[in-house]
Amino acid sequence: MAVKTPRTPVREQDPKVRVTNFEEVCYGYNAAEAQLEAERCIQCKNPRCVGACPVAIQIPAFIKAVKDGDFLKAADILGTDSSLPAVCGRVCPQETQCEGSCILGVKGEPVSIGKLERFVADNARLQKHFDATTQPKNGHKIAIVGSGPAGLACAADLARWGYEVKIFEALHRAGGVLEYGIPEFRLPKDEVVRYEVENVKRLGVEIETDVVVGRTVKINDLIEKEGFDAVFIGSGAGLPKFMGIPGENLNGVFSANELLTRANLMKAFLPDYETPVYVGKKVVVVGGGNVAMDAARTAARLGAETHLVYRRSEKELPARVEEVHHAKEEGIIMHLLCNPVEILGTEEGWVKGIRAIQMGLGEPDESGRRRPIEIAGSEFEIDCDVVVMSLGTSPNPLIAATTPGLQIQKWGGIIADDETGQTSREGVFAGGDAVSGAATVILAMGAGRKAAKAIDEYVKNKKQ
Amino acid sequence: MFEILKKQELAPSIFLMDIYAPRVATSANPGQFVIVRVHEHGERIPLTIADYNEEKGSVTIVTQTIGASTRQICALNEGERLLDFVGPLGVPSELVHMSDEELKKLNILFIGGGVGTAPVYPQVKYLNARGIKADVIIGAKSKHHLILQDQMKAAAGNLYVATDDGSVGFHGMVTGLLTDLVKNQGKKYDLIITIGPMIMMKFVSKLTQELGIKTIASLNTLMVDGTGMCGACRVTVGGKTKFTCVDGPEFDAHEINFDEAMRRQGMYRGIEAKKLEEYDHKCKIGRHE
Ligand SMILES: Cc1cc2nc3c(=O)[nH]c(=O)nc-3n(C[C@H](O)[C@H](O)[C@H](O)COP(=O)(O)OP(=O)(O)OC[C@H]3O[C@@H](n4cnc5c(N)ncnc54)[C@H](O)[C@@H]3O)c2cc1C
Ligand SMILES: Cc1cc2nc3c(=O)[nH]c(=O)nc-3n(C[C@H](O)[C@H](O)[C@H](O)COP(=O)(O)OP(=O)(O)OC[C@H]3O[C@@H](n4cnc5c(N)ncnc54)[C@H](O)[C@@H]3O)c2cc1C
Ligand code: SF4
Ligand code: SF4
Ligand code: FES
Repeated sequence: MAVKTPRTPVREQDPKVRVTNFEEVCYGYNAAEAQLEAERCIQCKNPRCVGACPVAIQIPAFIKAVKDGDFLKAADILGTDSSLPAVCGRVCPQETQCEGSCILGVKGEPVSIGKLERFVADNARLQKHFDATTQPKNGHKIAIVGSGPAGLACAADLARWGYEVKIFEALHRAGGVLEYGIPEFRLPKDEVVRYEVENVKRLGVEIETDVVVGRTVKINDLIEKEGFDAVFIGSGAGLPKFMGIPGENLNGVFSANELLTRANLMKAFLPDYETPVYVGKKVVVVGGGNVAMDAARTAARLGAETHLVYRRSEKELPARVEEVHHAKEEGIIMHLLCNPVEILGTEEGWVKGIRAIQMGLGEPDESGRRRPIEIAGSEFEIDCDVVVMSLGTSPNPLIAATTPGLQIQKWGGIIADDETGQTSREGVFAGGDAVSGAATVILAMGAGRKAAKAIDEYVKNKKQ
Repeated sequence: MFEILKKQELAPSIFLMDIYAPRVATSANPGQFVIVRVHEHGERIPLTIADYNEEKGSVTIVTQTIGASTRQICALNEGERLLDFVGPLGVPSELVHMSDEELKKLNILFIGGGVGTAPVYPQVKYLNARGIKADVIIGAKSKHHLILQDQMKAAAGNLYVATDDGSVGFHGMVTGLLTDLVKNQGKKYDLIITIGPMIMMKFVSKLTQELGIKTIASLNTLMVDGTGMCGACRVTVGGKTKFTCVDGPEFDAHEINFDEAMRRQGMYRGIEAKKLEEYDHKCKIGRHE
């Protein structure tokens, strides 16, 4: 019976080899493997997987097209709900979303929905299958702040409906976290990210880089002086947190964002790029999310012996299971249930180690995870020459501070309606990490598309 | 975009450039900076806005060749383009937020050292446009290294010069000159703004603390994005961690931990020295072709 058939394994780079390069870890399915895996889906009448996908991809339908060998049709089905399938197929936390609810997972292994999605999207790219038709221009202009998944998705929909769309991006390259945060070995930049960005441009969207909205131009100016009918803010949550422990400003302490930005956006790992990156001989990464795993695996590839320190147990690690598994295979040494209390320095002010304390787990807290509690007298030291802090990020306050009437939460998130992205300012919409705090690609993309719909309605109503 | 409209050598290894960047020119204020990238493989280099002209859509930068990237900037000629030019970044100088009445009540002194003289200029000019004459001290190695003297003379109240070798003006450091002005010549200042090498700002700050004069320093930390995303630019001010690119670059000098800031600035010194060697090597090979 189909239920018993194991998942079609996916080919990956050998861990020993891949820690020495930045090429993609997972090779993905080929056509035969994809069809084999597609066979496993029992085409549920009431598919549980669809309800667990934040954008409700028609999973059984696209999988059926794969099974039938009609890969381009599968791509079109994906395209109706997702504008970034090649990205989401790679980075979605499938185990807690679509695959986590797949009926086959009850007794065996769920269908590899993510890998199938990736195969279909990659195949469509190789076949140059992209429908760039748009409705005739309707004469309305929309400004989008930020070119991450939220901004790109919002822009793509509006452009298809005939809007003239312009994205303003602070950095020199479009893509948001896909470009500066998630490493090359998980999400190839030239093949995947830049291709997706190019597709958005092919719909007629203009991307102006090197524009920091709030500094270079203000939202009010976009509306009042440059004639934009509405603005969507998808500026992400890029501000790194630090712990506030002694020694955090020693030389050799970096935020994960700094390490990742140097490595990804600035390509510091390639010898012919000029931005330097320093990971020393032994690195300690503090944290347990996707960002921490990415930082650790990047440090390992840059040649450092890499340790990871996380205050709860393995079960609570917020990173995707696949990333934790890959990190372990690549020799990242995990120190669970401990937390740094101080970073130790040399006389010259360089990191020489951390002092950490062991943690026990108490009662669950509001997040439902068991609260870590320090165990008195259990301090110990780990030698290292670099410490990377990966404790989460929050939205940048710049836009809120320079846009009168735009209300934000205490922690910095822009206040916006869940369904429409409408903010406290007329004509200004927001979505993605800027509203939710650091979340996921698929949620950001979904928020961008909901806002696109609301913007369309807003502009049409305004006309009357 | 970002075409070099004008290039001028101000002193050995210090170049002034007007860059066509209309959006930045419209939004710029004294005290802010830009980030520049020369080519696809290049670094993001922060440079203070030394002047701006909204009509022409131009922004002036003054660059001193320090390492490989600043040499690449200075090697470009009129008519060529910078690949990226983003700004204005950082918060405008405190002066911009004060009313003319408040400003008129203050005796203001600027102390610029080396290439730091350039970012002093837009602030002096800003005050001059409001009928306020501030005094200015320029410090340089020698008379050949003095920059923007004429422009400064036109906009400042008194202009004082200090050179390390005494080839012109006061013989010695800017701190020596300041001591002389305050202690021997009876000058009174309520506010000092200093921009220059970190070490100079540290000693100016130490002195003005003794003299009891409020002082603001503009920090030139290492930076990557310049938008608050990486934390490479963090400094300790008043015991708290601040990001120079979004909270600064200007801070109350008496609150800055200069020793930490200087130490952090040298973080990549070894790596950068090697890069410069390679760059020089490439240039030499280039010339032989
Ligand atoms: C290292 C790392 C790994 C991750 N791994 C995963 C994963 O495996 N799976 C997953 O689903 N999610 C992952 N995430 C989270 C995911 O990337 C984000 O949730 C998602 O990118 C948010 O999209 P966004 O469009 O809201 O913002 P972003 O992707 O952050 O894009 C915002 C863009 O706006 C620009 N911007 C900001 N301010 C301004 C301004 N004032 N003016 C102009 N432009 C501005 C920024 O430069 C940026 O380009 C990861 C995040 C990181 C950092
Ligand atoms: C807000 C701000 C404003 C600035 N304004 C100007 C300006 O108007 N004109 C100008 O010429 N420069 C300015 N700088 C400094 C300039 O950015 C650096 O000189 C430049 O980044 C050096 O790059 P490089 O590759 O040429 O040298 P590198 O090879 O990176 O460095 C060469 C040597 O200089 C040291 N160094 C690196 N960065 C700095 C720095 N920021 N300051 C001092 N020493 C450094 C290094 O440790 C190394 O020893 C400013 C910096 C900041 C942060
Ligand atoms: S978008 Fe993400 S959650 Fe939805 S089906 Fe694809 S991989 Fe699963
Ligand atoms: S729940 Fe699983 S088996 Fe059922 S349709 Fe979805 S992917 Fe197929
Ligand atoms: S330069 Fe990256 S946060 Fe300031």
